[in-house]
Amino acid sequence: MYIYDQHDKTLINERVAQYRRQTADYLAGKIPDEAFLPLRLQNGLYVQRLAPMLRINIPYGMVSSTQLRALADITRKYDKGYAHFTTRQNIQLNWPRLEEVPDILAELATIEMHGIQSSGNCIRNVTSDEFAGINSDEVEDPRPWCEIIRQWSTLHPEFAFLPRKFKIAVTGAESDRAAIRVHDIGLQALKNDKGEVGFKVFVGGGLGRSPAIGVAIKDFLPAQHLLTYLEAILRIYNRYGRRDNKYKARIKILVKAWTPDVFAEKVEQEWQHQVNSPSTLTDQAIARAKSFFSTPDYEQVDIAAVEATLKNLADEKIAFHKWRTRNVVAHKTPGYCAVYLSLKPTGVAPGDVTDSQLEAIADLAEAYSFAEVRVTHHQNLVLGDVKLNDLPELWQKTKQLGFATPSIGTLTDMICCPGGDFCSLANAKSIPVAEAIQRRFDDIDYLYDLGSIELNISGCMNACGHHHVGNIGILGVDKKGEEYYQIQLGGTASSEASLGTVLGPSFYAHEVPDVLEKILQIYVERRIEGETFLDTQRRIGTAPFKEFIYAEAA
Amino acid sequence: MPKLLKNKLIVDDSWQILPKDYDGAIPSEFCFVPLNYWQENKSALSEIENIGVWLDSDDEPDQLAGDYQTLHHLALNFPTFMDGRGFSTARLIRERYHFSGELRAIGHFIPDQLFYLSRCGFDAFRLAGEQFTPNPVLENQSYEDFLNAFSVSYQACANDEQPLFRRRQR
Repeated sequence: MYIYDQHDKTLINERVAQYRRQTADYLAGKIPDEAFLPLRLQNGLYVQRLAPMLRINIPYGMVSSTQLRALADITRKYDKGYAHFTTRQNIQLNWPRLEEVPDILAELATIEMHGIQSSGNCIRNVTSDEFAGINSDEVEDPRPWCEIIRQWSTLHPEFAFLPRKFKIAVTGAESDRAAIRVHDIGLQALKNDKGEVGFKVFVGGGLGRSPAIGVAIKDFLPAQHLLTYLEAILRIYNRYGRRDNKYKARIKILVKAWTPDVFAEKVEQEWQHQVNSPSTLTDQAIARAKSFFSTPDYEQVDIAAVEATLKNLADEKIAFHKWRTRNVVAHKTPGYCAVYLSLKPTGVAPGDVTDSQLEAIADLAEAYSFAEVRVTHHQNLVLGDVKLNDLPELWQKTKQLGFATPSIGTLTDMICCPGGDFCSLANAKSIPVAEAIQRRFDDIDYLYDLGSIELNISGCMNACGHHHVGNIGILGVDKKGEEYYQIQLGGTASSEASLGTVLGPSFYAHEVPDVLEKILQIYVERRIEGETFLDTQRRIGTAPFKEFIYAEAA
Repeated sequence: MPKLLKNKLIVDDSWQILPKDYDGAIPSEFCFVPLNYWQENKSALSEIENIGVWLDSDDEPDQLAGDYQTLHHLALNFPTFMDGRGFSTARLIRERYHFSGELRAIGHFIPDQLFYLSRCGFDAFRLAGEQFTPNPVLENQSYEDFLNAFSVSYQACANDEQPLFRRRQR
């Protein structure tokens, strides 16, 4: 993981001091509400329906056991003893007191964490692939590049008052687990014929009210030009993005209005003025960033022996077999694997963890995975470097702790925003709908038969639950004070990204599990051997689902 | 009279800012004229000492492309403090057009933006926004503290050509 030097430490401490003064001035009535708003947002503090919410960045999803323990401590001291992992690899506290936030930020600074630019109209925390550095389909480890972007974007003086929020995601793998094409900028690291690293640059993706899939504006940007090119995109956006209507202010609207070709040309012209400026990355700067993400000290593993042991256990205990099949992922280093810790047990809001669970996760990370944990945008956690020999013991422990729900990638491993129970933007509740679905589909064999399905739920069209890119997406809508749910089919944020299409008129909350059952029935009837839900849906379209579901009403 | 922060000093700002639709007589000195007025009356205005031009947040800085070496005073307006276009415009004026005169921020910026504004190339600030009158925030804080909120910056900017990664040891 990246480790702060004296520059990073000084900056973060000065940031805490600045926000402490701003909070004091605000509470003393010296800063008006409207001026304090962006100041607190750019330190992570929202004011929600029931209480303030503090969003803490987990840069590109990497968090250490030390940080998890400190976070547990903070939830006890300043909150109600729990926290929430978000769809952007961050962690949120739901009940901090506004006047105590400077103290929380000061404690976070000691463990090299912060809430800088975790909300507001600025460059947000850069996100990445939860299997960065460990997956065999990786061309380039995205984390050093993420860290370079993190530093460049932190307190960038030119881009702190953009038309709207701005999100960057980076992947270095062939299959996209970072959803780069639904980000304002998506970067795909790749190598040219000479083995040099560069980036394919996508712009204008995003969810929200006007969902869009990002388009490529540069096929190969040599890596040393990363920051000057990003700066050119941001400058064009800052100067020409719409500021008259917040719903039309994201970069996707500008890209669409100008057309991607014109947008690309404008960026190119701007970039030509900056290319080879001192912001061009040096070999030394790149090497320094990479030095923090070196390979851990893997041990030699007798793979034949351990696989025999694991096979025996799987034969003996079907639950272990299921868990290994669904929650354990191959690693590029022989003898190692990555293990999902599921945060989706039935009856708990997806992504929620208690203080003692945070500490238990820290224990697991220290015992089995070099004291590091990764947060996924599906709101689960991953232990990235687990030795195969440790799997039986780890399985026992995760089972006891409630992290072994063997549902990763299935229907009930859903993405879900906090919804109307917590969020002041939401039109409808989302967590109770998620829970009703988990209760209905509790037969794990049926879930396995259905295979990989992404089910995403948002409580409003701001789309924090990524409903547009769910294979099945559920959107809460409000009609004259009543909560309804619209269903979409066919979305995905993976490499062949697509947006879902609306099935038809929306449903009451209590109807949603029945409708899902019908959707899945059509899939099971119509699928051809080996097809996932998305494959079948893409082949047969939305019409057969629509006919079946709305047949009775007609 | 509004105050002007410049060179670490707060002085009375005697400069007038003529409105965008100004079409009156050629003004006397200590005036910022809007861009279109400058373009129409450039030759007459160039004769006067201490005349500046102000740009609004949607004005293009390349409209002054031929004038940056002759002008000594420029101002950029912030219609609201949330309109961040001026940060980009300022960098263009400094870094692309190499304007070396005074670049003044006018309009509705807030004290907590002074650090970013100065990094982007502003070196004079007309303290007329709500938060500067009657300066409630400034009882315990000097402007110096706002201008120097951070001693470390990662990026290159108008006031520092070298990003931190070129200055870091190791």
